[in-house]
Amino acid sequence: MASDDIWILGIAMTKFGKHSDKDIVDLGSEAAIAALADAGVTMDDIGILAAGNLMGASASFGQALQKQIGQTGIPVYNVANACATGATALRTAIMAVKAGEVKMGLAVGAEKLAGAGLLGGGGVSKKDGNKFEPRGRFGSVLPTDGRIGTDTMPGTFAQVGMEYGHKYGGVSFELFAKISEKNHAHSVLNPMAAYQKRFTLDEIMNDMMIAYPNTRPMCSANCDGAAAAVVTSGEVLRTLSKEQQRRAIKVSASVLTTDPYQEACQILPDVNTLTRNAAKLAYEQAGVSPSDLDLVELHDCFATAELVHYDNLMLCPEGGAVDFFMSGATWRDGSMPVNVSGGLESKGHPIAATGIANIWEVCHHLRNEAGDRQIKDAKVGLAHVIGLGSACGIHILERSGL
Amino acid sequence: MFAPPLIGVTIMANQIPHVDYLELGDKPHLVANECTSCGARFFDRRNACAKCFKNEFKKVPIATDGILKSFTIVAFAAPGVPVPFVAGIIDCAGTSVRGNVINTDPTPEKVSLGMKVRLATFSLGTDDEGSEAIGFGFEPA
Repeated sequence: MASDDIWILGIAMTKFGKHSDKDIVDLGSEAAIAALADAGVTMDDIGILAAGNLMGASASFGQALQKQIGQTGIPVYNVANACATGATALRTAIMAVKAGEVKMGLAVGAEKLAGAGLLGGGGVSKKDGNKFEPRGRFGSVLPTDGRIGTDTMPGTFAQVGMEYGHKYGGVSFELFAKISEKNHAHSVLNPMAAYQKRFTLDEIMNDMMIAYPNTRPMCSANCDGAAAAVVTSGEVLRTLSKEQQRRAIKVSASVLTTDPYQEACQILPDVNTLTRNAAKLAYEQAGVSPSDLDLVELHDCFATAELVHYDNLMLCPEGGAVDFFMSGATWRDGSMPVNVSGGLESKGHPIAATGIANIWEVCHHLRNEAGDRQIKDAKVGLAHVIGLGSACGIHILERSGL
Repeated sequence: MFAPPLIGVTIMANQIPHVDYLELGDKPHLVANECTSCGARFFDRRNACAKCFKNEFKKVPIATDGILKSFTIVAFAAPGVPVPFVAGIIDCAGTSVRGNVINTDPTPEKVSLGMKVRLATFSLGTDDEGSEAIGFGFEPA
């Protein structure tokens, strides 16, 4: 192993779901303590803590965490980057190790979102009907959500999928529902998932419509959860035990992008260009191509989003996502298993935890520790998250081979 | 019930647009801030151009006819937002615009990708001082 390689030494997630008896710090502590134990180190070894809790982004989540798991005086970076918060925390720890400032870093993401309901819709202000006065950057006299398009997440991502259909053809309500059918089927094998229920296609299509073509089971599940990871350098890993070296997972690529200006990107968020840019850079950094991947965990915040990311991550030829999915490639027994964890639609999406939990899933397979849902002989995997606004995190991971 | 479009109706003194990029009058239309350097178009108040970083803009009218290049039928929204409604992205002669598809049933049978639409305006109500807010959407053309 090269001295400047980055390795995940330990990683853990809580079960996703409803944790009504635990607060954010309980969840974050549980994941952090488990990740430290998994790494075989203690807080004394950690030189930086990067922590994310999006819903409490103005509070000092990292410091609150330290007060429970170990106050050693190390710098804390409280990060917030929409749904890419966890990946951003991990990347912050990685950058500190890469810069040579610290030997090991700890990244933690935690969120309590069970019962949160609809995200993103602004609704109607209490000012309605009093006096019309232009406000904000559009000089609007009334709220725009619902009157000029939609700000809701299900509606926004529905349009992302439909736009792909307009560009390339072949999409339908049934197609998107079939993507959801796959992820729910996968979740049955994942005891860490918030929901482990297999749905029939009819059940998915006849469930409550949220934003056509996304019905309720086609939306990510709001839930509670946390995930944490310990990262270190190849130089440090060489000094550790054979067992630690064997279980360590190489971070072959760690990339974070935002969306470069494109026509319409301020009209409908462009989740495509920044993902494609991140993927290109990640494949280049890792020296792997999409065909080398044994599994992919991608950001299926909605079934309509999963389709476009097949294309953005270059898992299929440009414009070929529909055919690629219909070939069965992305089922767990297909040529490119996608979201074998159940994805955000069934595993759940506790926002700040998601960008580390998807890496936990990939690491679990690369370590051959994924139990019933193990992808046989997995060597290389990719984890992807998108935070709307936008931020895209991609990590490519490889088993140590020791 | 849908309010009738006001195209062709002379603007009343006490009408105000929902947003400042909607220009009322005999032929209501949208207006963008176009970067004089690179031509990028924006509908909000600008500090600088997101594409080329220059900071000079001119107002340009946007075509009122367009093609629906994406849509969703929102069935579940924040409290106070009437549902269902169709939210869409309209390609107006090369400039993308966000707006609702109005004056048609909000169903997949009536709304389709690639359909031709045109700008239409409607009343959003009147405030305590008698000012009527005029909104816009796109109706099947």
